[in-house]
Amino acid sequence: MWTWFYKLASPPYVYGVAAAFVPWLLGVAAVALGYGLVAGLAIAPPDYQQGDAFRMMYVHVPSALLSLTVYTVMAAASAVALIWRIKVGHAVAAASAPIGASFTLAALVTGSLWGRPMWGTYWAWDPRLTSELILLFLYVGVMSLRSAFEDPARGDRAAALLAIVGVVNVPIVHFSVVWWNSLHQGATVVKLGAPSMPGSMLWPLLAMWIGFMLVYGAVLCLRLQGELLNRERQAVWVREAIKS
Amino acid sequence: MSGDFWSMGGYAGYVWPCYAFAAAVLGWNLWSARRSLAAARVRAGRALAMASGEPR
Amino acid sequence: MQVGAWEAFLLIVNRELSLSFRRPEQLLQPLVFFLIVTTLFPLGLSLQLSLLRDISPGVLWTAALLSSLLSLDSLFKSDADDGTLEQLSLCGQGLTLIVVAKTGAHWLVTGAALVVVSPLVATALGIPVAAFATMMLSLALGTVTLSWLGAIGAGLTIGLRRGNVLLSLIVLPLATPLLIFGAAATERAISGTSAVGPLYFLAALCVFTCTLAPLAATAALRITLE
Repeated sequence: MWTWFYKLASPPYVYGVAAAFVPWLLGVAAVALGYGLVAGLAIAPPDYQQGDAFRMMYVHVPSALLSLTVYTVMAAASAVALIWRIKVGHAVAAASAPIGASFTLAALVTGSLWGRPMWGTYWAWDPRLTSELILLFLYVGVMSLRSAFEDPARGDRAAALLAIVGVVNVPIVHFSVVWWNSLHQGATVVKLGAPSMPGSMLWPLLAMWIGFMLVYGAVLCLRLQGELLNRERQAVWVREAIKS
Repeated sequence: MSGDFWSMGGYAGYVWPCYAFAAAVLGWNLWSARRSLAAARVRAGRALAMASGEPR
Repeated sequence: MQVGAWEAFLLIVNRELSLSFRRPEQLLQPLVFFLIVTTLFPLGLSLQLSLLRDISPGVLWTAALLSSLLSLDSLFKSDADDGTLEQLSLCGQGLTLIVVAKTGAHWLVTGAALVVVSPLVATALGIPVAAFATMMLSLALGTVTLSWLGAIGAGLTIGLRRGNVLLSLIVLPLATPLLIFGAAATERAISGTSAVGPLYFLAALCVFTCTLAPLAATAALRITLE
């Protein structure tokens, strides 16, 4: 098992694995998203309180969950890169940042559109929305810091440290609805105990979540290949890699 | 697909833009990633060509 | 001559304070900025003093946050520019001790000064005297946390072009909880209810930051210095 782990530190190996995974990830994602959309939009019955507006959940919740997951992946990859000096970690972090930022934006916009009919407002300064907005600023900060350095290696390390410092916001976003009186509804899926949602509503949500996650995986693989090429431009393996 | 589906119980003005934005984000991600990979390949090719000593 | 850790700490704090007081105008700039920004709000909104009280906690805290950001640039920059920082890091006392000493001295001349000046600003905003104690305590806790967040940001952005803007971009999102709880504490003190909850939060943030930020700031300096 450990040999596999060591292989993950090797840029050409990771490049090859990433390239191979992309079509599979996209294929399964398409299936999951297809089922999720059909079941969520057409098959699941309207909600007792929210009517058909609740269907916005099927894009809002996966976006929000992904925005947190991607940040955590970015912070973990950064920690691996800083502690064990594994450069692939920096490439994963750099590849993940724009993806995570886009999901955060999606969560904020879809949430805003959902909030207008449900709460009567496009925005509220409540703990969850505020901390999610801060998450977006943190993503932008990490990307800006990385690009501000002339020496890319130093930029990677600085951005890695900032990503790790900012990870403290992730549990704040998640637990904000528990710790404070929030306008936003509490946890219904990612919590201890059984999810408090009927099956016909829950399965499409899980499918959409998995679909979004697989899209992240595919996009990460694509971006990761580019990041590895950029970082290893002079290496021998690059010559073979770009021929294919 | 009945009119009921498209009107989303009256919430169509919120639901469909919502899904459209989410689709746009997913689409941008895929498009942008492919673009940056293609650009990285071009740059790597150029760097290799220079390193292998092609005459200026 | 062997210097103990505590003596080294005091030496560096002494050095920082002497350097700061050599240019008193530099010390006054953030304070003057604090005063100016605070006056912009009532002038721009042309509110009566009694109505101003409603927005005063937020205005006070936003102004304090922005003024603190101004002075953060000088925390490491001049020492990094002339090589002193590298010399200090080689002196055998450990970079963390130096970072703690410099940040501590920096807070004394900026954050502590803000706390001392705050009653003046608070009067201009119509905050009642009864709320001053809570306000100053919240500012004291908040500015310490902010100095540490700023130390991390400053450590990461030394020597970058437009490092100032980037520093603000990094520090402000991390500092928003301070703004929220600080303004809440001041607001509660103004309305007469107990401000203990937000103050505890500020204290917790302060302790959390004081414990972990020195490590992060030292790591940041190692990244930019090497």
